[in-house]
Amino acid sequence: MTIISALETFGKYCLFIKRVFTIPDRWKVFFKRTTLEISKLGVDSIPLVLIIAVFIGAVIAIQMQLNIMSPLIPSYSVGLATREIVLLEFSSSILGLILAGKVGSNIASEIGTMRVTEQIDALEIMGVNSCNFLVLPKIVAFLIFMPVLVVFCMITSLFGGYLVAIFTDLFPASTYIYGIQTLFVEWYVWYALIKSLVFSFIITSVAAFFGYYVKGGALQVGKASTNAVVSSSILILLLDVVLTKLLLQ
Amino acid sequence: MIEVKNITKSFDEKTILYNVDAQFHAGKTNLIIGQSGSGKTVLMKSIVGLVKPEKGEILYNGRDLMKMTPDQIKDLRKEIGMLFQGSALFDYETVLGNVMFPLVMFTEMTQAEMRDRALFCLERVNLKGADRKYPSELSGGMQKRVAIARAIALNPKYLFCDEPNSGLDPKTSILIDELLRDITHEYQMTTIINTHDMNSVLGIGENIIFLNKGHKEWVGDMSQIYTSDNQALNDFVFATDLFQEVKNFLISQK
Ligand SMILES: Nc1ncnc2c1ncn2[C@@H]1O[C@H](COP(=O)(O)OP(=O)(O)OP(=O)(O)O)[C@@H](O)[C@H]1O
Ligand SMILES: [Mg+2]
Repeated sequence: MTIISALETFGKYCLFIKRVFTIPDRWKVFFKRTTLEISKLGVDSIPLVLIIAVFIGAVIAIQMQLNIMSPLIPSYSVGLATREIVLLEFSSSILGLILAGKVGSNIASEIGTMRVTEQIDALEIMGVNSCNFLVLPKIVAFLIFMPVLVVFCMITSLFGGYLVAIFTDLFPASTYIYGIQTLFVEWYVWYALIKSLVFSFIITSVAAFFGYYVKGGALQVGKASTNAVVSSSILILLLDVVLTKLLLQ
Repeated sequence: MIEVKNITKSFDEKTILYNVDAQFHAGKTNLIIGQSGSGKTVLMKSIVGLVKPEKGEILYNGRDLMKMTPDQIKDLRKEIGMLFQGSALFDYETVLGNVMFPLVMFTEMTQAEMRDRALFCLERVNLKGADRKYPSELSGGMQKRVAIARAIALNPKYLFCDEPNSGLDPKTSILIDELLRDITHEYQMTTIINTHDMNSVLGIGENIIFLNKGHKEWVGDMSQIYTSDNQALNDFVFATDLFQEVKNFLISQK
């Protein structure tokens, strides 16, 4: 039963995506809305990303220092390990999970509210493809801006580790700086960016899907928004495994 | 002209519309009346295609909506204006933005022309000063009027109004009714209005369809409504003492 209903939902999602990816009625309106969404979904998320990144970066650096304090391990390992964790996992997957909460619930509740207040019907009755009109700008905007957030997150997290070096005497700043430059693999940055693009698509499209098919009232909009966050988080975790296997091996 | 044939619609086993037949004429105000819950909104949504009936035909000047391709439906909808029962204004747009929206999407007008047209429509619904406000800053009645302005912005061929004057004071109600009647005559629109306001029924009911628990019970115009001997219709229209007295007075005049 659950398998069938899951397949049904997946099919519905595919049809939804098909309706989203059509040519916009008005390019000018599309670009205007995309710019707005970049500001709303992307730029407005910067403070959250920066705050989380600087603290997590600091915490990772401290924990690395405490866990690998040993004469056998070179002291620059703290910087190196912090960098690898940030590049490989934190700045893409964990950031994706965080943004699924912020951006995903925002999208699901906005579109869900439009559904229950008949604004979507009003669009349809005018002959506007509401999926395309409402959802495509969000998907495109977030695809454009997600890499920016990821890069901000990488830099700020490493900076968080650096702050630990400056404000405590756990490890010297110079070895930390040396550590984050040592044995650098450029591909890891690309790997993070590729993952983040996939996650960005999941976050916006899944949230929009849940919002678009809300039935009922304000209560159901809240439920849809929660479901959207839960589903996109699970999908992010699953795809994280798949992409890591594909991209890093 | 819109013709509806044999429409049946049910939601989860519960039948809402039973074999409804109706004709809505161009250049006339067509009213669908009936008690709350009788299926007026469902019938209107079926006619515009937001709700899919199980069976029946919906003919727009002879073309069946149910047999149209998505592209044909899209084209048809550019000729449709609709006022929803809950207004359904876009809350991220200002009042002016709402009224301009269909113009922006479907015309090649310049910004200034669109503005003029939108302001003209707002003036017709007596809302001149409110163009910069957001829907959330308006009263329910004002929102209704903005929604009417948006629905008529493109001069639609078919105008659907779901309870245009619920929540309005009697004076504004009459104003809206007269506006709807005037533009219907002026542009020869096919206007369909859902209402349970007896002032509208007796004021602008040029073609009235009475729905009773999902059945089409009676068809006629406002002058025939006094003399009809349909019991359900009489119970509905002349439910209040005031209207009962009006009826007796009018009959005694004849
Ligand atoms: N989407 C839906 N799902 C299930 N039932 C519905 C749905 N929409 C309407 N109904 C049912 O259909 C019946 C008729 O509803 P409708 O909204 O058409 O009434 P109405 O005549 O417009 O009433 P009102 O004057 O109060 O607006 C109601 O019993 C309602 O519960
Ligand atoms: Mg209704």
